[in-house]
Amino acid sequence: MGVTVRQADADDAVNGVPPRWVALPETVEEVSAVLRTCAERDLAVVPAGGGTKLHWGPPPERCDVLLDMCCMNAVLEHAAGDLVVRAQAGVTMDALAAALADKGQELALDPPFAEYTTVGGTLATATAGPRAFRYGTARDLLIGITVVLPDGTIAKSGGKVVKNVAGYDLGKLFTGSQGTLGVIAEATFRLHPLAADRRWLVAETEVSDDVLLRLAASQTEPSAVEIDCPDGKNTTVAVLVEGSAAEARAVALREVLGDGTVTAEAPEWWGLILRDEVLLEARFPPARTVEALAAAGEAGFSFRGSAAAGRAYLESRDDVPEDELAATVTRLRARLEALGGRVTVLATPYEGVDRWGQVSALPLMRRIKERFDPGRRMSPGRFVGGI
Amino acid sequence: METLTAALRSLLPHDSVITDPVRLRTYECDGLTYHRATPGVVVLPDTAEQVARVVRVCNDFGVPFVARGSGTGLSGGALPREDGVLIVTSKMRRILEIDLDNRRAVVEPGVTNLAITEAVRDRGYYYAPDPSSQQVCSIGGNVAENSGGAHCLKYGFTVNHVEACEIVTPNGDLVTLDRMDPGYDLLGAFVGSEGTLGIATKITVRLSRAPEAVTTVLAAFESIEQGGQAVSAIIGAGIVPAAIEMMDALAIEAAEAAVACRYPEGAGAVLIVELDGPQAEVERQFTQLTEICSGAFELRVAADAAERAAIWKGRKSAFAAVGRISPAYIVQDGVVPRTSLPGVLAAIDRLSQEHGIRVANVFHAGDGNLHPLVLFDDAEPGAGERAEVVSGAILDLCVEHGGSITGEHGVGVDKARYMPKMFSADDLDTMQLVRCAFDPRGLSNPGKVFPTPRLCGEVPGVRKGVHPLVESGKAEQL
Repeated sequence: MGVTVRQADADDAVNGVPPRWVALPETVEEVSAVLRTCAERDLAVVPAGGGTKLHWGPPPERCDVLLDMCCMNAVLEHAAGDLVVRAQAGVTMDALAAALADKGQELALDPPFAEYTTVGGTLATATAGPRAFRYGTARDLLIGITVVLPDGTIAKSGGKVVKNVAGYDLGKLFTGSQGTLGVIAEATFRLHPLAADRRWLVAETEVSDDVLLRLAASQTEPSAVEIDCPDGKNTTVAVLVEGSAAEARAVALREVLGDGTVTAEAPEWWGLILRDEVLLEARFPPARTVEALAAAGEAGFSFRGSAAAGRAYLESRDDVPEDELAATVTRLRARLEALGGRVTVLATPYEGVDRWGQVSALPLMRRIKERFDPGRRMSPGRFVGGI
Repeated sequence: METLTAALRSLLPHDSVITDPVRLRTYECDGLTYHRATPGVVVLPDTAEQVARVVRVCNDFGVPFVARGSGTGLSGGALPREDGVLIVTSKMRRILEIDLDNRRAVVEPGVTNLAITEAVRDRGYYYAPDPSSQQVCSIGGNVAENSGGAHCLKYGFTVNHVEACEIVTPNGDLVTLDRMDPGYDLLGAFVGSEGTLGIATKITVRLSRAPEAVTTVLAAFESIEQGGQAVSAIIGAGIVPAAIEMMDALAIEAAEAAVACRYPEGAGAVLIVELDGPQAEVERQFTQLTEICSGAFELRVAADAAERAAIWKGRKSAFAAVGRISPAYIVQDGVVPRTSLPGVLAAIDRLSQEHGIRVANVFHAGDGNLHPLVLFDDAEPGAGERAEVVSGAILDLCVEHGGSITGEHGVGVDKARYMPKMFSADDLDTMQLVRCAFDPRGLSNPGKVFPTPRLCGEVPGVRKGVHPLVESGKAEQL
């Protein structure tokens, strides 16, 4: 056996930086062998899943090897009675969902690009979907992880039981680490039974914070309260209810919203990212949703995301020059930070745009990076503070 | 120690530094009383800034420090150091902010778990993680141990309900870790790190909306096997109850002796199932549950809050209650995958018979978290040792079945030696990278969690040489 490696071509570029080789490991041991070899030769590595978000984040300072995890696409263990699944990092979210649905279960994560995005990519970027309001994000559903460190060390933490407090939770640390600490090779998640029924209440209507809060706090227990505002003016609100008597509960929520149609189909924009040449993520206190929505609209962004969880994707409607975008982001960030929120630029073609804003624990983060990747070979420069 | 004490006295009010040997003894152990050590000095800071100053002094003197909340931990996580400073957060018990619109509360670490719920209950909210000691345990301790409780199966653990923490890092910096910030999830790594990565001085927790309906059911089975089958069937039916708790005959006997809980007579096992959520959802699940539990010889449904409390009374008092039927006991805290429960319970029974040591089983059946109470008479020579053997063998069983050596009590000093059973040297070395990033000098609660602390100067991991694949030329593609 040997690790399959091919010469890279222009399509393999990571945000404009072409690697020299693409490695296609098929096992954790092969990932380890690749990283060890790279360590010996001081080659920089960028791990990749389905590539749906490879252009997010700053370009790597250097990139010799693209570690394509596509061959590690096995669902290793679905313990249905334990509501647990263990999968390799390269399994796509849709493939995982299909495997779990056979037994009437699901991983309650609904990240964008589910057809192509992988378990590893979803974890590394910590993308979340509408139902994060009820079920939490990837870090909340992840119960065990196997990672490969830049020197080739294979390490695991957590396990395959939901309740477990033995040792440090490396899964949390790697979730959202953008490939800068090592490679996520396998992940174990807690699952949920597929909902018996599902309804959306959808209304094209203006919203107030008060109504949004009453929706979120309703004892009919919606799984998500989402807003779509493509043009800064027209808003659509959609509320998802899952479980028994979903229809009746959705109808009850219509009383709160004062408007809307109850349907068995998600709105077509539900949980999607439609345009991500320039893409921002806004976080804000749920009670300040209307102000966040207005700020995004005035800055020229569409707004799609969770009112209840205080997290939305902002897409740029127009092509704007670098200076203008940088200034717009600065203004928007100042406005949301005054509300207690944050603005992160997930994707932009421009290097002159501050992607992260203030990061409160940056010195600690740098020390983590130095310990895990002293040679700065893992996705160098792709994360906060140039980590 | 004297110059250290003098330095601490210059930072804190006089009555916040304790050196009197008698008073120091008060702090010699936490809830796990068979590990004891008298702290060198105890401080009771009032503010985060004071905690930071104390930690900086410890750094100046190179002495270890240990944080302690209410001291209810069951793994010796707050066991003091004789050569160090014990930082007690009991004066820091203010609820700083309650923001129901954003479903959060900001509290100091000494606030008790239940106090948070009590502050918002009238307005229809509560704080979900509920360790059995919730009346007294502090939220800071909960954060350190990532404490759970009966409702974790459905609602998750402390880490899922903490939005931000202000911490004092092991070198004395005051830093905020916030889920909302970009960057590494240091908050996720910090929660459950058992005081080895610093001390939480301000905690933002998420509040949950009280459910529309709650139904609590007690099902009595003739045997523990039948009870176990019912648990599997409940999960198999797609029901995620708020709690599923099980007690065996011996645990019931103890609870009966202690609090007269009046559980059905002659039960080999009782199951307590709590369903909550929207009314319609609870009704459907209750119908399914009744069918699944048709093999039970008695099914009680709580008609009101008082009856619910009566059902829970026996379960909540079980640990303390075994004192009525045994002079001494060890509370174990292992986890197995739920489907392994029947096999593991049978194996525990065999262990019990082999060693002549009674084991009472009380557990969170829904998530496979066992709390076997290993009973012995400490007056009987050798009994304590036999109980230790049984207790350790139960942990081995848990690891063999793919479970964990601790579900909620933590590793502390008590289980550090078991860590290598669950994790490889590489796994542990990798965790040490996190430790070294936060605490390069190893002063924050040393001796806990890890069996063999390595110096942070040593670089773990790079000790393998060339991989066989590369050596044999088979991986020579780069």
